[in-house]
Amino acid sequence: MTIEKTETINITSPLDIETVEKLHAGDRVLLSGVIYVARDAAHKRLVHALDQGEELPFDPKGQTLYYMGPSPAPPGRKIGSVGPTTSTRMDSYTPRLLAAGVRAMIGKGSRSAEVRESIKEYKAVYFVATGGAGALLHRTIKNVEPVAYEDLGAEAVLRLLVEDFPLIVANDIYGGDVFEQGRAEYRRGGN
Amino acid sequence: MSNEVVQQSKIREIQAIQVTQAIIHLCQQANFSLGKDVLAAIQKAQAEEKSPLGRDILGQLLENAALADREQLPLCQDCGVTVVFLEIGQNVHINGGDLHSAVQEGVRQGYAKTYLRKSMVAKPFSDRINTTDNTPAIIHTEIVPGDRLKITIMCKGAGSENMSRFAILKPSEGRQGVVDFVVKAVDEAGANPCPPLVVGVGIGGTAEMAMLLAKKSLIRPVGSPNLDPEVAGLEQEILERVNALGVGTQGLGGSITALAVHAEAMPAHIGSLPVAVNLQCHSHRHREAII
Repeated sequence: MTIEKTETINITSPLDIETVEKLHAGDRVLLSGVIYVARDAAHKRLVHALDQGEELPFDPKGQTLYYMGPSPAPPGRKIGSVGPTTSTRMDSYTPRLLAAGVRAMIGKGSRSAEVRESIKEYKAVYFVATGGAGALLHRTIKNVEPVAYEDLGAEAVLRLLVEDFPLIVANDIYGGDVFEQGRAEYRRGGN
Repeated sequence: MSNEVVQQSKIREIQAIQVTQAIIHLCQQANFSLGKDVLAAIQKAQAEEKSPLGRDILGQLLENAALADREQLPLCQDCGVTVVFLEIGQNVHINGGDLHSAVQEGVRQGYAKTYLRKSMVAKPFSDRINTTDNTPAIIHTEIVPGDRLKITIMCKGAGSENMSRFAILKPSEGRQGVVDFVVKAVDEAGANPCPPLVVGVGIGGTAEMAMLLAKKSLIRPVGSPNLDPEVAGLEQEILERVNALGVGTQGLGGSITALAVHAEAMPAHIGSLPVAVNLQCHSHRHREAII
């Protein structure tokens, strides 16, 4: 991994509020522990379940959601490539899930103003992983368990055990946004 | 292609199964191994990028490419919609099956055999049911001189394809209008299409032709300029403007937002200036074979 360990913060999921309070946009993080995989179709079902007053297939309190749809596991492997998908498609579902107790999200790309407000309100954190590095991230996955919606195939909910999953804090509870900060630093005249 | 071949009027037979086999191989090759042109462009970006974080992530991408190739894991879990360009020599005759079915069968087997993700859904505006074999591939055919069949595949993820833009500008908006439109498209796309990008631009023609030109421009070797110096100049100007946006690798800020800008232009109606933008992510999976 090219990210130097000396510059990173090691955290474990599920996350407590104290950990989330220490994180600031732009921080490099190595995350270990349990994360739940859910993308477009799974989000639709999770929020539908909340709307119906049903229990979610896992207790969301303090948990981390990973916006990802893996490639199939080749023989002898637990999973295929595992990079993040574009997060903004989940924006309309996110405030409901944060209200239900989800504390962290992993994806790629920026979030809506409403999601950024919800992150502050519910003391959550949004991380980005490197898009298009699914083979590299594969190495951090130690265990894979199906949780729900297996009929959705690549969009099923999975529970992953990860070790030193490399992330960057994108949105923190203080309103920091790594995309705005980064762009402001490198934008040059005329644009 | 030699002149001698072009001048032959003899029909050359190609078996449909040869097409299927070629597509199977291309699907695998494209998804596991980045082309030399793409790797060289990422290495160049890493050398030039001003952001230390950007350089680190570009390093991750190179490491990812080496690992994917070595361990036969997809470069990206989004193995894309398979876009297939067929340049069919007019002296080719396809035997033993229907050409389009042969292509679809190649995609079906290619994605199943090598554990690539199947991402196509039927009933796109309602039930969105996965077709389970990544078909249908999107096929573009072109009849060209000669007796060869050139097959190019490009695996296009949703992250970049979703950021496509199209407009028909007023002719008075001219060159500046085109540059501004493309730069705005890349700016608004931000991190979503997985920069550093290859920016495809199609100018002229009609609505559908401009977008096809933009898509086809992406399959040129990365960074190869348009042969028309005027279009090449436009590509260079757009590249400079795009890299001044500060979007950077993965949108985290940096001096390199695009690896290259490829533009294609053709005549348009006296009342129209169509311009289309089709972006490709850094994991630019394109491969070709000639039968």
